[in-house]
Amino acid sequence: MKFAIALFSAAHAPSSRRALLFAQAALAGGHEIVRLFFYQDGVFNASDAVVTPQDEQDLPKQWRAFINEKQLDGVVCIAAALRRGVLNEEEAKRYQREAISLSAPWELSGLGQLHDAVQDADRLICFGGA
Amino acid sequence: MAKSLLIISRQSPWSGPGAREALDIVLAGGAFDLPIGLLFLDDGVLQLAAGQNARAVQQKDLSANLQALPMFGVEELFYCAESANARGLGKLSLDEAQPLAAEHITALIDRYDQVITL
Repeated sequence: MKFAIALFSAAHAPSSRRALLFAQAALAGGHEIVRLFFYQDGVFNASDAVVTPQDEQDLPKQWRAFINEKQLDGVVCIAAALRRGVLNEEEAKRYQREAISLSAPWELSGLGQLHDAVQDADRLICFGGA
Repeated sequence: MAKSLLIISRQSPWSGPGAREALDIVLAGGAFDLPIGLLFLDDGVLQLAAGQNARAVQQKDLSANLQALPMFGVEELFYCAESANARGLGKLSLDEAQPLAAEHITALIDRYDQVITL
């Protein structure tokens, strides 16, 4: 089955951990993930600026490793990210900010990428919504 | 055929960017001509309250975005009647939105291929 996964909660939220575990289980079960889309506070999962205490799960690091290893499409909504201070080099330059907190494999793009994934996938699975 | 998507908007308009961000998904879908529905549920119905004064809470008005929905081709607009009654809402600011009894919400969700609740 082709899954699209949308995540709306910050990296420290339990639902973000569940999203990663679900994504790993989906691939382990022979399914496909057409895209991971990070929206609202979900954009913090893609932030390089998150520092997790050593004895806790470093979710941004785990997402990054997972996406790199499985060559997945990890898309972060650009409007939601800018609003929350998650910027890649290009956006930091555009808005004259010193801090760059997002880099490959993450990609900043628009909500069209969410709709595109919804159309492509058999199932959309959301984590961390209201 | 394009897959249909229902957005269930449950956040009050001034509790943070949640309501606006839910609406942005709907407007983006409308711009791409996708079959999109929007249901206001629980505190989400407060987005439809008439006579809001966004400026008084130093916020940007959401109602202009809401009024734009039909222009973006989003015509499937619903709100939970129980949620509206429970919050004492009378006249709503979006004429196109249809009231839906709580027991009909399951059937509404069933009509769509995918659902996002925000």
